Amino acid sequence: MLAAVENKPASVEAKPVLRVEGLKAYYQMNYFGVRREVRAVDDVSLTIKRNEIYGIAGESSSGKSSLIKTIAGAITPPLRVVEGSVKFDFGGKELDVYAQRPAMKAARWKHLSYVMQGSMNVLNPVRKVKHAFHDFAFKHMGLSEGEFRARVESHLQRIGLDPRVLESYPHQLSGGMRQRLTIGLATVCEPEFIIADEPTTALDVLVQQDVLALIKGVQQRMGSSIIFVTHDMTVHAAIADRIGIVYAGRLVEEGPTLDVFQRPQHPYTAHLIASLPRIGDTRKRVALGGKPPNLADPPSGCRFHPRCPLAVDKCKSENPPLLARNTGRVACWRAGEVEAA
Amino acid sequence: MFKILRDLLRYNIEFAIGFVLTLAIFLFALAHFWAPLPDNAIYLLPPDMPPSAQYWFGTTSRGQDVLWQMSSAIWNTMLFGLSVTILSRLLAVAVGMISGYLGGKWDEFLMTINDTMIALPNIPILLLVYFVMRDQMSWPVLALTAALLGWNYDARLIRSVTLSLRNREFTRHAVFAGMSVPQILVRQHLPYVMPVIFFTAMNNLIWAIGLEVTLSVLGFSDINRPTIGGMIYWANQHQAIIAGIWWWIAFPIIAVVLLFLGLFLLAISVNEYIDPRSRLSRMGA
Amino acid sequence: MSALLELEDVNKDYRVGGFLDRSTLHAVKHVSFTLDAEKPEIFTVVGESGSGKTTTARMILGNETPTSGTLRFMGKGIAQVRTRKERLDFMSRVQPIFQNPFEAFNPLTTLDYYLFSTARRFLGLKDKAAVDAATDKALQHVGLSLAEVRGRYSHELSGGQLQRIAVARALIPGPKLIVADEPVSMVDASLRMSIVNLFRELRDTLGVSIIYITHDLSTAYYISDRVIIMHKGDVVEAGRAEEVLGNPTHEYSRALRSAVLPPDPVVASAIIREKLRAI
Ligand SMILES: Nc1ncnc2c1ncn2[C@@H]1O[C@H](COP(=O)(O)OP(=O)(O)OP(=O)(O)O)[C@@H](O)[C@H]1O
Ligand code: SF4
Ligand SMILES: [Mg+2]
Repeated sequence: MLAAVENKPASVEAKPVLRVEGLKAYYQMNYFGVRREVRAVDDVSLTIKRNEIYGIAGESSSGKSSLIKTIAGAITPPLRVVEGSVKFDFGGKELDVYAQRPAMKAARWKHLSYVMQGSMNVLNPVRKVKHAFHDFAFKHMGLSEGEFRARVESHLQRIGLDPRVLESYPHQLSGGMRQRLTIGLATVCEPEFIIADEPTTALDVLVQQDVLALIKGVQQRMGSSIIFVTHDMTVHAAIADRIGIVYAGRLVEEGPTLDVFQRPQHPYTAHLIASLPRIGDTRKRVALGGKPPNLADPPSGCRFHPRCPLAVDKCKSENPPLLARNTGRVACWRAGEVEAA
Repeated sequence: MFKILRDLLRYNIEFAIGFVLTLAIFLFALAHFWAPLPDNAIYLLPPDMPPSAQYWFGTTSRGQDVLWQMSSAIWNTMLFGLSVTILSRLLAVAVGMISGYLGGKWDEFLMTINDTMIALPNIPILLLVYFVMRDQMSWPVLALTAALLGWNYDARLIRSVTLSLRNREFTRHAVFAGMSVPQILVRQHLPYVMPVIFFTAMNNLIWAIGLEVTLSVLGFSDINRPTIGGMIYWANQHQAIIAGIWWWIAFPIIAVVLLFLGLFLLAISVNEYIDPRSRLSRMGA
Repeated sequence: MSALLELEDVNKDYRVGGFLDRSTLHAVKHVSFTLDAEKPEIFTVVGESGSGKTTTARMILGNETPTSGTLRFMGKGIAQVRTRKERLDFMSRVQPIFQNPFEAFNPLTTLDYYLFSTARRFLGLKDKAAVDAATDKALQHVGLSLAEVRGRYSHELSGGQLQRIAVARALIPGPKLIVADEPVSMVDASLRMSIVNLFRELRDTLGVSIIYITHDLSTAYYISDRVIIMHKGDVVEAGRAEEVLGNPTHEYSRALRSAVLPPDPVVASAIIREKLRAI
């Protein structure tokens, strides 16, 4: 049913490749009568265009990984989708991740690939690297063994890896090479959509730029879209076209990277950007006070209100909607005033 | 304590079944204190009576009521099994945790003993003890011997858990917070070792009861004290199967199976309950 | 000048590999530096994973003995600390901060247990009120109070708060030196600053020297007085922070310096485009 992808009409290019609408995904647990619900993804809507790199930023346990897992359709209990939808558009064919399970399965790796957090360690330590390629990609590509091998080798070469790595075991490779490999694995089928969770966080500083350039290069060559998550703002600065800022399970701001960095509209984003240290600058940075919200019992109204310097009474009771403003979208009752401050 | 029991009964079906089964068997065993006849008296009842309204589980060829024999037998067998399990758990925890945490010379010394004991064959050792002790051989002595034989594998397991805990940051932090070795072992590490203790306790109990049955069936125990193994021993002596006195063998075996099942269900559910991860989740982590 | 901490030509080798391919790994090679007792400072050790910085920290804390060379703390060899009493005495002056605040506290133990234990053991306090007072005072230094921490578990607090409690705990014995191994690598940018700001304050108000171990050049520049850069066990460059990080001269430090992306989309994306052209 997805065979028509190759000759896509020009008009579909303009349509977004991913539409997430009102998505809610909660961890629902029951431990001997103690019921807990962690609202890790709470009413998120976003769209991603073709040929775009979209970065999701936010502090630890704000729900970034949960959001991206839900988008990838890779959730397992206790995480459950409570409301909303995730729809991909692969060459004019709409694919609803949570309504069309079998089609989704078929789309994995071929149209869509997912690089998990810490995935440089997912390679099976006792099997040679070539087996991983075979397991993940072979059946999706419809090639003979020989053609497949040739394709994998030329792909690895293009991303700067010696094809001989196929004959080695994961522990014989450095962290940087393993991360390249997982990216190679995720891109060998030339998917239209790549989902990545913290692709560079575990890497040594010296190889970080290379891996980022690699991701950008692969994306440009194949014209695919990428959605990735990291708390490292410099990574967003380096490769993202647009950024979404997540706070306590909600998308609080979104916009083109340059605008988010230079004219943040949400107080949380403004703080995040202002606190980044730079070499050559020892001016004192003020840290955000208070405690990150507990997603099992989030603050009422705007979830940022207990820590927000601009909070007013209304913020405590009413949740600000995510509305279009300037070049992006922002969820704050006092959005205009942040820029002035 | 009561609240934990209530929670477990209400939310965990395995626990509820295991609890009811074990409790029923326990009450049944407890009843032997009120038995109409002493459990070592023989030929007071008509022998070889099949199950009937008067003798629910029939009578043995030695003129005993199978029902009351079983009640005593389960009690004695459980007493033996639990003694072995508790003693050997204490040994395994002490050796495993000290060896794993202190390491170095201590570890070498304790693990040498441990590995030597692993190499010793159980049954021959027990028989040796039996022949040496002869008349002084009583069930507590047997239990002690079995306990001394039954801790080595589990000590190794606990050692490896402690070993990995020793390298965790919180242990190094505890050292710099001035905590003493006992404080670290009991407060910091024991909660993580607890599930291992419970899990192995179950295996150990089954092993101990099996050992008791084996030795009794072979006649190497105090045969006048009713135990599950002892009952089977006497039934064999009287060729109960051939003589068609099936109830003499079947009922004790069913009782053992039910007991194992009950204990097994209890062990897995309690294990889940005390598992640090599930504990943390209940605390709201 | 009297030295607080002296490292003299310190080396540490590890034997690695199995039975057949045994080899020696030189984790730390010829490291020497001195901290002044009168002039508290933030002394930063920068390096990638495997550069020997954690091994150096562990040797300073007495958890690891050097293969050769000496480490002296306040004139006394750290290797000579043997008895329990000497060890406690040493620990009351040198305290660690660990990498992962969520790992540094046992999740099944209340946080105050660590604080109380430290106060009892190192200050010799018996009386409950005195222990509470000492703990509260230390927590006040990091902007917390005992009332906020008492009876709480690690999962009830944020990474930044936990790391501050860890610092407070380390402060209770009144240490001269704090060794912090990657204290911010596990916390995100917004919490990072609250911890490094705290280090500055400790230096300025309490006169505690801090050995700050990190791979993050930006925070290193932000708070350090002096910096050494380690690479595969060697110190490749040492000196004042502005010089070493602002104008590195050694080839490796230069590479490290240029690997840091600025949090600025214009510059950062230009760097990546440049890299991309090179490939
Ligand atoms: N398997 C799980 N069961 C229950 N709760 C979970 C589970 N995984 C995550 N959570 C909770 O969901 C929330 C969001 O977690 P998530 O992993 O999405 O955060 P994150 O933003 O990716 O953080 P990080 O930057 O640390 O990777 C947290 O409160 C977390 O504790
Ligand atoms: S809505 Fe109110 S509390 Fe929330 S960010 Fe805006 S000003 Fe702050
Ligand atoms: Mg994550």
